[in-house]
Amino acid sequence: MSEALFNHQTVDLRKSTIRDLNTVLQSEDVTGSWEVRHPDGRHSIAVGLTAPIDVTIEGQVGYYACGMNQRANLTIKGNAGPGVAENMMSGSVHVEGNASMAAGATGHGGLLVIDGDAGARCGISMKGIDIVVRGSVGHMSGFMAQSGALVVCGDAGEALGDSLYEAKIFVRGEVKSLGADCEEKTMTEEDLDILRNILEKSGITEYDATTFRRYGSGRRLYNFHVDNASAY
Amino acid sequence: MSESKNMPPRTVPRFSATFDPFTISEIQRSAATGIYDIRGAGTKRKLPHFDDLLFLGASISRYPLEGYRERCDTDVVLGTRFAKKPIHLKTPVTIAGMSFGALSAQAKEALGRGASAVGTSTTTGDGGMTPEERGHSSILVYQYLPSRYGMNPDDLRRADAIEVVVGQGAKPGGGGMLLGQKISPRVAKMRDLPEGIDQRSACRHPDWTGPDDLEIKIEELREITNWEKPIYVKVGASRPYYDVSLAVKAGADVIVLDGMQGGTAATQEVFIEHVGLPILSAIRSAVQALQDLDMHRKVQLIVSGGIRGGADMAKALALGADAVAIGTAALIALGDQNPDLAAEYAKLGTVPGAYDDWQEGRDPAGITTQDPELAARLDPILGGRRIANYLSVMTMEAQAIARACGKSHLHNLEPEDMVSLTLEAAAMTRIPLAGTEWYPGKTGF
Ligand SMILES: Cc1cc2nc3c(=O)[nH]c(=O)nc-3n(C[C@H](O)[C@H](O)[C@H](O)COP(=O)(O)O)c2cc1C
Repeated sequence: MSEALFNHQTVDLRKSTIRDLNTVLQSEDVTGSWEVRHPDGRHSIAVGLTAPIDVTIEGQVGYYACGMNQRANLTIKGNAGPGVAENMMSGSVHVEGNASMAAGATGHGGLLVIDGDAGARCGISMKGIDIVVRGSVGHMSGFMAQSGALVVCGDAGEALGDSLYEAKIFVRGEVKSLGADCEEKTMTEEDLDILRNILEKSGITEYDATTFRRYGSGRRLYNFHVDNASAY
Repeated sequence: MSESKNMPPRTVPRFSATFDPFTISEIQRSAATGIYDIRGAGTKRKLPHFDDLLFLGASISRYPLEGYRERCDTDVVLGTRFAKKPIHLKTPVTIAGMSFGALSAQAKEALGRGASAVGTSTTTGDGGMTPEERGHSSILVYQYLPSRYGMNPDDLRRADAIEVVVGQGAKPGGGGMLLGQKISPRVAKMRDLPEGIDQRSACRHPDWTGPDDLEIKIEELREITNWEKPIYVKVGASRPYYDVSLAVKAGADVIVLDGMQGGTAATQEVFIEHVGLPILSAIRSAVQALQDLDMHRKVQLIVSGGIRGGADMAKALALGADAVAIGTAALIALGDQNPDLAAEYAKLGTVPGAYDDWQEGRDPAGITTQDPELAARLDPILGGRRIANYLSVMTMEAQAIARACGKSHLHNLEPEDMVSLTLEAAAMTRIPLAGTEWYPGKTGF
């Protein structure tokens, strides 16, 4: 691989294509830190990365930014479109602005931090990812969430955690309504440890873990039963 | 005088056509259990199907090819539109997506072995890719489903093609289901679910909704896989003209169209029997959509749903498909419905030929089960050979028909080689009714 790939590198999306950018960031021996200029809301920016590199995206991104990330640490200095960090496996994605719907959808691992608000279906079908939203989340967040933790420092919209499996949801503000089979749980010491750890790794020091409430699955929909018919 | 002599003649017991014995038993079952019936396999009602078409064969105006001597090629290339590495199949029949979870690991391995032996592909399913199926399938299509169970970018890159599943013929608009009995520790781990739960999977993708989003999603998948892999879009047959048009617009390389006869591992009976279109009625509009966009044969069309043998395959190709896919027939070839298992089927309250409780995981043939003892009954090597035999026979049957129609490639079969046997088939396919030049909608008779 060429010398040019090492250390701090810049790709300007007004001069390079998305294909050029992803090819270089996905290459097997890519290292160092990277800056992506003028993202201008383009889709699929920095997707499918596999190397532990640092990437800063200087502005707004469209759909699926940082999708399926493995090991890279990415920062978006702007707002993100739908499906930011979708299906992330590991590494981290930090959105400094707001995120649209389906942020962190189906993520299997890693950490997604959103400084602003997130739209509807944040953490939908999440499978092990940790998601922290400093602001509020929209309706149906945590829908069918399987594992991992969704931490909301602001409020949650309607039908939070609908059809939830084993993911843990922590909310500091108000919850407009809970979805089917989602219920408030007592916050155990173990929950507090999990939450403290996530807040700490997200760099959030202003909120104490004890000021959050915890929500989880009532596990009433785990097996088909006539009494739950209206919930299916 | 005996009593009977005084009795007026009685009517013999007569069953209602409306409230037939099955319907009555369903009402009784519903009342007793309070839950709808969930089962496997496809629709059981009689529907317009490929049997309603016939080939004409050669005559004085068309001459046939010599059987066994003159070539009749069968290969097909899928994904020629955008993918850097299109898929080459030696025969235009592929194994449809069926998950590990719905099927045993042995069954998945056998399908891989059989398909690979004849140079065709297999497909993963709702639940992710197992190393065994990757290992035993020389060409493997990776399904990208709403649930995204086990979805990971390494498997995406390991696949030979990617199939974005929008719907399935057995349940267009419905999500997946896998009942607790089949959520074994390994299945649970792959799907990141608690063991033994009745798993429901989503019916909509979590991060895209309409066709404009799908286009962006497909581009993301291509970006992650270096634009190498063909991207298929699978839809259940419901609005084939629009769905095919939109999938083409969204950038699909290949479209998979699955009719309502298509099998399922577990779905509500009411869904299987009452939602979707028979595949016969869907192919012509799908082909029409491709032709209207000048994409016929550029975006390939795979059809499935009740394909049973070489004749069905030949008819689907003649209607304009590029390949067919099979699910149920492959399971039967593996040993499902085997008469030798009659005693065991009896214990499950059924008979060979009617077994459809694939959701229960108690399959005596070891196919639709996660029970280690039952699954061990299926020898993957022998099973693979049976699948290879069956796929070879299908191919030879289709070739026999194509040669009789004078075609040197299966893809040269065309609608003009066929007639319809019923008015329904003529209306659905626009292939004239036998003995006439007419189909409903065409003026004159
Ligand atoms: C046991 C079983 C499991 C299936 N699992 C899936 C699946 O995971 N994803 C999918 O798209 N279709 C699934 N299908 C549907 C098949 O991919 C295919 O559309 C159908 O079987 C074709 O019709 P046929 O069974 O009449 O050949 C399944 C079918 C069966 C029989």
